[in-house]
This record gives sequence, structure tokens and C-alpha cells, in this order.
Amino acid sequence: MWEHFAHQADIGIRATADSLSRAFEEAALALTAIITEPQKVEAIESVQIECSGGNEELLLVNWLSSVIYEMDVRKTLFSKFNVKIENLRLSAVVWGEKINQNKHFPAVEPKAVTYNQLSVKNENGEWTVQCVIDV
Amino acid sequence: MARPELKRIGEYCWQIEPFGKMHVPGIIFADRNLINDIDEKTMSQVCNVAALPGIVKASFAMPDAHMGYGFCIGGVAAFDPDDGGVISGGGVGFDIACGVRTFHTGLTEDQITSVKEKLAEAMFRDIPAGVGSTGNITLTSDAINNMLAGGAVWAVEKGFGTKEDLDFIEEGGCAKDAIPAKVSPQAKKRQQEQMGTLGSGNHYLEIQKVIDIYDAQIAEAFGLKKGDIMVSIHCGSRGLGHQIGTDYLREMASQAAQYGIELPDRELASVPVNSPLGQDYLGAMRSGINCALANRQILTVLVRKVFSKIFPNTNLKMLYDVSHNTAKMEEHKVNGKSKNLLIHRKGATRSYGPGSSDLPACYKAFGQPVLIGGTMGTSSYILAGTSESESLAFSSACHGAGRSMSRTQATKQWQGSQIVRQLAERKIIIKSRSMRGLAEEAPDAYKNVSAVVEATANAGLAKKVAKLLPLICVKG
Repeated sequence: MWEHFAHQADIGIRATADSLSRAFEEAALALTAIITEPQKVEAIESVQIECSGGNEELLLVNWLSSVIYEMDVRKTLFSKFNVKIENLRLSAVVWGEKINQNKHFPAVEPKAVTYNQLSVKNENGEWTVQCVIDV
Repeated sequence: MARPELKRIGEYCWQIEPFGKMHVPGIIFADRNLINDIDEKTMSQVCNVAALPGIVKASFAMPDAHMGYGFCIGGVAAFDPDDGGVISGGGVGFDIACGVRTFHTGLTEDQITSVKEKLAEAMFRDIPAGVGSTGNITLTSDAINNMLAGGAVWAVEKGFGTKEDLDFIEEGGCAKDAIPAKVSPQAKKRQQEQMGTLGSGNHYLEIQKVIDIYDAQIAEAFGLKKGDIMVSIHCGSRGLGHQIGTDYLREMASQAAQYGIELPDRELASVPVNSPLGQDYLGAMRSGINCALANRQILTVLVRKVFSKIFPNTNLKMLYDVSHNTAKMEEHKVNGKSKNLLIHRKGATRSYGPGSSDLPACYKAFGQPVLIGGTMGTSSYILAGTSESESLAFSSACHGAGRSMSRTQATKQWQGSQIVRQLAERKIIIKSRSMRGLAEEAPDAYKNVSAVVEATANAGLAKKVAKLLPLICVKG
């Protein structure tokens, strides 16, 4: 489950799931939803992403930064994510398709992941991750 | 944090006395209405910056201040490198050297009325804009390094525009001492196909009409007359700048502690200017500035091509190009002594007064043009830097309207199609590929730009010269 939350200049993303890796997948979906409706993005091409971080919060920043990087250099939107996290090392396969301005009507481009309102929490086995994306 | 107590120290100037870890006061320029609109989160960002090492005089906020991350948007802070002063990636932001460039077209409204729709269509078609758009130039890795070292000067050497254009860009179109080797391969890769693209969000290309002149003498020096048609470009350093911000924020956050810098907010990640990482970031960030300048130079050529197809004899002459997300080494007077300081302007415009050596000869007696972008439905303004601006806030002024409402709220409140219709009734043509993008940029999601400009002028940060109304706006 994901949602966007208000930030005066930019857009906050928040995701909740029963595991950290699922919450990271949902957060990436929330990232795509800043640009377009994720259901409009077909899972045609796949890309492998590996990253790590000193703690879970930094891992979230590095994960979403990696997704933004791949979106930007491949001109691709992603709609399906398979994330594995072990000992603060993340390995993922992400699927999507090339941006088509006449199909996706992209609203705005995520520039970067900020450390603003960044948090990763586990309460009663439920993971909630959030941060603000600069657009 | 609760809203700190504000002391009114001037009609348009409010002070937060230092408390807690603040080394200097916070100073906010605003009228009563604008100050009431500035929330406690923005104010706590002003206070956090005041707690960074080596800050000189005060942590400033311009009248368009609103919540950012780390620094507030509209934040200005000077740091003394000889006194442990820091450099902060968050004080520049991810869109390094985002800025505005404005040209004269030499045309009047009568001349464009009959071809307005055609002109809007041509600009929308020929200027790459929006998410995923690519330019017509793909740079090799050598070319990228030369571009990062040379900025707009590199672009002119490659045939984009003329040498005369360079006189009307800050620092002659090239940030000196850029170090392209300090920019990561990932950042360079992001830029490979993005030269000559506008981007998205609040970036735009506008055709505007001068509707008011406030200072006849300066307007004449800037070549502005009532009824003139102008073109403005608002964009930045594209993917390259965003990646430099990402890369260095990560490094600064992990190294700050080793320099004993306590971060009240991780986004304020900073290291001493005179540290290896500080110097690396300066070299990379200056490369980012050059990327933005080269990008706006290439866009200039694209705009000129569109105009020359429709108006074969036009010559789009530069008024000025000024960035509003930068950190620059500048000489300023502090307590009567000249000092070399690193001035961070995050969503704030440099506003050098008359006599500055960085100004082209024809503007020298009048001050630097300060280009203030409005929204697609409200006016933009051209101001001029004042002599007193240096003593007020290290020669800085506002940069735009500043958001008053979040994007999520804006999309709940408005629909893009409704905004296009309403603006069409006011004879403003909007071109965009995304109706949601337009809703997020709704004019009413911003502060009143006229009030921001009025407060800026009344505070003495810059002088009002001209007001411009949009006729056509191409949104990224």
C-alpha cells in the first residue's frame, strides 16, 4: 500500500507492507505514481538494480535514487518491482516500458530523493517507509 | 518546533533572535501578510541554517520563502571559509543553477496576435520538454567534460548562439574553476541526451508582454518599453545537476560528523569549504552551473530558430541570464572589511547593485537585472539590484512567487483542463502534455508574486523595473 503526502514544494511518498522489501517495492510504485498512473505502464523491459546503505533509511534513499537514475538514463517508467534485501544489501529486478508522452502524459519528473521526513519504521511487524521526492 | 518569536526590525524585515545552537540571527524579509503565511517549518529551517559553522551575519529568507529541505526555498547564507565556514549541498539543492533567461524579440503584441497559436504550436513542437524528452545533441564523454568546464562559452564555441550573448550571463557564461573530473560518471550519463531540454515541473518557456514600467531610466538601459514582446526560459542543470546533488549529499552526510558538524537536519549535510570534499563539491557544483548555462544557451538557439521561421527578420537579443540555486565565492563587505565569502542562494537571485564588475558595460550604472518568474497565469517581473542589497542580504533578492500549496493539494483542488480554459479566456495560451502537471502548477497554488516583488522592492533588496504578462506558456 502506498500514498503521497503533502510537502509545500515537493511530494512525499509513504509505503506500508508486511516486509521491508515489500515496503520498498511499494515506495518505488509511489515514485512512478508521481509521474503517471502506474497501471498505464506495461512491464515489458527489465533492469537489474543493486545497492546498499549504512542503515535502512539510507538504503531507501539509495534504492529510490537508483530507480530515478535508471528511469532517467533509459527514459523508462517502471511498474513492477521485485526487491530482495539482506544485511542492508538490496538486489532487485524492475520491469517497465519506455516513456511515451502520448500514452503516459507524464506530469512531473522526480529529480532526486531528499532526506526530508525520511524514515523507516517497523511497528508490530508492519513496515512503513517514507521520504520526500524533489520534483 | 513552535513558531519562534519574531521582532520587527524594519517595515519589511523581521528578526529571529539567536537561541539554542544558532550562531547568528535569522532575518526574514516580508510584509505582514507574507510573514503570516510563512509557517513554523520554514522558520525552523532558517534557524537550522543559522546553526551551521562559519555563518556570517545572519541566516536570511527572502519574501517568497517557503519550506524546502535543509535550507528553506528563498534561503540565503554566507560562510567564511577562513573561519571554518561550510558548504552545503542542501544550500544549493538538486537543480543546480536553475535560473531564468530573458530575451527581447523586437516585436510588439500587434505583430504576434495573428500568429500566436502558430507560434505556441511551433515552440511546443520544437523545444524538447517534459519527462523523458531528449535533445538533438548526444555528447561524447570528452564533449561532456568540455561542456562542464566551459558552460555557455563552450556552447557558443560549438555554434550555439553568439559571443554577444555571453556578456549578458552571470560570470560571462562560465563558472570558473569547475572540475568536471569531480562529477560522477552516473551524473554525466544522465546528461548525455538531455542537452537542450526544458525539463518539467515549474520549468517553462514563456512569451510575455511588458505591461508596466516602474523605472523609466533603468528600463531604457535594459532596453524595455511598454508593449514589448519578450521570451523567458526557466530551467536548470537537468539530470546532471540532480545526480551531483544526490552523490554529494550522500558523501556530505557521512563526513559531516568527522568535522564536528552537528546536523539539525540531514538534508543540511555540510563540510568545511576548505576540506577535500568541500573543494570536490565546489568543482562539481560549478560544473553543474556550467551545464545549466550551456543548456539555456542551446535552448536559446532553438527558440531563435522557431522565431526566425515565423518572423524572418527577428533578432532575439539577450536581456540577462541569472541563476537562483547556487553557491558562489563572492567578495562582500563585512564590518567595513572586504571578505571572500561563499554565498549560498537556494531559491534566491543574486542582485548586484550599480558598479559591479560582473555587469556588462551597458548595465553598470543601473544594477544587475533580477529576473523573477511568476506562474503561468500571473506576471513576471524584472527588477534591478540595488547598492543597499549588499548590506541587507549579501546582494540577494527573491526568485519567484514561491509555492503556498502542495502539489497533492493542488491536484485535489483544480483540473488542468479547467486552468487552460480559464487562462484562454484571458488570452493566455498554455501548452503542456500533462493536465495533472498543469493542475500541480495552478497559479493559485503559489503566493501572490506581486506581493512578493513589492516586499522585495520595499525592503530595498532590488528595484522594480518592469512587469511582464504571459501570452504563451509552454510547460515542461
